[in-house]
Amino acid sequence: MVVLIFGFFTFNAQVNMENRGIEFGYGFLSQESSFDVQFSLIEYDGSHSYARAYLVGLLNTLLVAFIGIIFATIIGIIVGIARLSPNYLIERSAAFYVEFFRNIPLLLQIFFWYFAALRALPLPQDAEAIFGVFFLTIKGLFVPRFVWENLDIFFYSLIAATISIVVIRNYARKLQESEGKQLPVFSISIGLLIILPLLAFLIGGVSLSFEMPVLEQIATTSFKYNGGLGLPPELIALTLALALYTATFIAECVRAGIQGISKGQKEAAASIGLTPNQILKLVIMPQALRIIIPPTTNQYLNLTKNSSLAAAIAYPDLVLVFAGTALMQTGRAIEIVSITMLTYLSISLAISVLMNWYNKSIAIKEK
Amino acid sequence: MLTIKRGKKMYKYIKRITSFVAMFAVLFVFAGEAMAKKSKTLKNTQKKGFVRCGVSQGLPGFSNADASGNWTGVDVDVCRAVAAAVLGDAGKVKFTPLSAKERFTALTSGEIDILSRNTTWTLSRDADIGLTFVGVNFYDGQGFMVRKDSGITSTSQFKSGISACTNIGTTTELNMRDFFTSKGISYEPVAFEKADEVVAAYDAGRCDTYTTDKSGLAAQRTKMKDPDAHIVLPETISKEPLGPVVRQGDSVWEDIVRWSLNVMIEAEEYGITSANADSMKTSENPAIKRLVGAEGELGAAFGLDNEWSLRIIKQVGNYGESYKRNIADPGILPDRGPNQLWTKGGILYVPPAR
Repeated sequence: MVVLIFGFFTFNAQVNMENRGIEFGYGFLSQESSFDVQFSLIEYDGSHSYARAYLVGLLNTLLVAFIGIIFATIIGIIVGIARLSPNYLIERSAAFYVEFFRNIPLLLQIFFWYFAALRALPLPQDAEAIFGVFFLTIKGLFVPRFVWENLDIFFYSLIAATISIVVIRNYARKLQESEGKQLPVFSISIGLLIILPLLAFLIGGVSLSFEMPVLEQIATTSFKYNGGLGLPPELIALTLALALYTATFIAECVRAGIQGISKGQKEAAASIGLTPNQILKLVIMPQALRIIIPPTTNQYLNLTKNSSLAAAIAYPDLVLVFAGTALMQTGRAIEIVSITMLTYLSISLAISVLMNWYNKSIAIKEK
Repeated sequence: MLTIKRGKKMYKYIKRITSFVAMFAVLFVFAGEAMAKKSKTLKNTQKKGFVRCGVSQGLPGFSNADASGNWTGVDVDVCRAVAAAVLGDAGKVKFTPLSAKERFTALTSGEIDILSRNTTWTLSRDADIGLTFVGVNFYDGQGFMVRKDSGITSTSQFKSGISACTNIGTTTELNMRDFFTSKGISYEPVAFEKADEVVAAYDAGRCDTYTTDKSGLAAQRTKMKDPDAHIVLPETISKEPLGPVVRQGDSVWEDIVRWSLNVMIEAEEYGITSANADSMKTSENPAIKRLVGAEGELGAAFGLDNEWSLRIIKQVGNYGESYKRNIADPGILPDRGPNQLWTKGGILYVPPAR
């Protein structure tokens, strides 16, 4: 039945396209795109192909989804735990945040952060430096760019630090299992992470300098920043809106997860003399995570799909660049929309697979 | 026993096959019917009783809805002219506001029958994606708007790093790249989906310049907080012939839309207005008599009566009246520039209606 319906639509589309003289094909992907994009992670201009424009959009979508997920998770966990705080003020303000942000449509929030921020932020020439190095202006956030020398040695030191941390953790676990001794793994890890790169700086000849953004005048009242790293306000507004919105749902997942653990677990843990921190880390969280992960996966997927609202505020994501400009310039609606749909499907499936894998790794292992 | 079972199975099998065949037969009948009728669009329009017209989401002078939902503008008048010609009433139009991105899909998918939405006629659009442009109802070109206090008075003062706000999915994006690249200026394109957001972002100071068709700049300027704080630079960086579009494959409908527009322009040429159209029936000039339906059989070729052109002129007016009412009087572009008749120094020149 499904195949028949699908076949009917395909057949119909073919007949209609033939009647209207539209040709079907993906050849356009290798043609010159001849439009520019405001913000790109890879080198791109109009002389590149549509395929590359697609890649630009895809990377921008992944970027905003990645940053959004990280911030949403951090805010979500903090707010979720705060909602269970015995402190009335903290608990109430967390509840207020959740109820406020999750009950306003996301598109409105995106507009709010974008246009409110645009109106509230200063023009480049009026901007005061934050901590002497950041400039937050209507044209974006400008931060110093790192200029590295002997970057590879720095990387090696980081890798060395990571490996030694893993080794020490394994050793500490064995030590605890065989002799019951506990090593301060956390402070040792931090120490390693600081000392090894520091050594690289001192001995390995790694040096780091900053390239500061410099204001340049391009007309009587028009200014821009030269050098440094510029983040467009569209990216900032979109990430902010997505993270704050999704965090409310994640916070509720976290709260539900923690509340889902029976009181007896906590009391039993306390009765064998664990500290409150240890109770949360060793008893509550490992069990709560099993409840938290599946609904949180949904939220990650939602955030990724919601990032397509970027088109409304000119952030050049996949929908704006590829399903927007490229579709318009080529007129190949069926081809481009199908590619875009498949892309979102693949991203979502990839996130699902990753989260399911993580979920499995923390699930109860029945032996 | 066994043979009966087998017979039943066979019967089921045959039943299934016949239903498959019947289904495909139905499909082919539908498809065949669709190809057989020539002016399906005209027939459908007359059956529905209104013309389905795609317009912009609000561009003063071209297609703009007032508070009570009445659409006005020169693009709107093209659709009204077609409605007057085929249905006898210029009011029988259903307008569908479309974004630049949606417009061609809406037309090719059959959601609308005319796209009259300040759309630039280009080779790739005409030839590649199942559309046919029927003419030009406004000769435009892309320009730049800047804030007056920026001190910029010409595009030659643009410097690298300038940020430019515009719409996505328009020829504007391509022209902008051609312009800046040929001048060796690096720029930051900030492209929005809707015109209102472009204006809001430019007005807030996000961009140093706002670029689109000059008529669009003039129209959007009237929407800004302080219109006098902005100027449109004199340079024009592209040719933008704007005109109505129809689907490929219905040549009769295409002709109706083309000649509805041409009649408006030719009526101005011969001095026929909505006020004097009836009295022109007794004119000495056969060309005028043909236009008001007093001579010849011009409508027959489209399957229309002979007064179709008279109704256009009476109900919508000639091109000059439409321009004055929609663009000149509201102060958008008082000077007709190239959109003047060829007899008066412009480039409006249409084939004769005979």
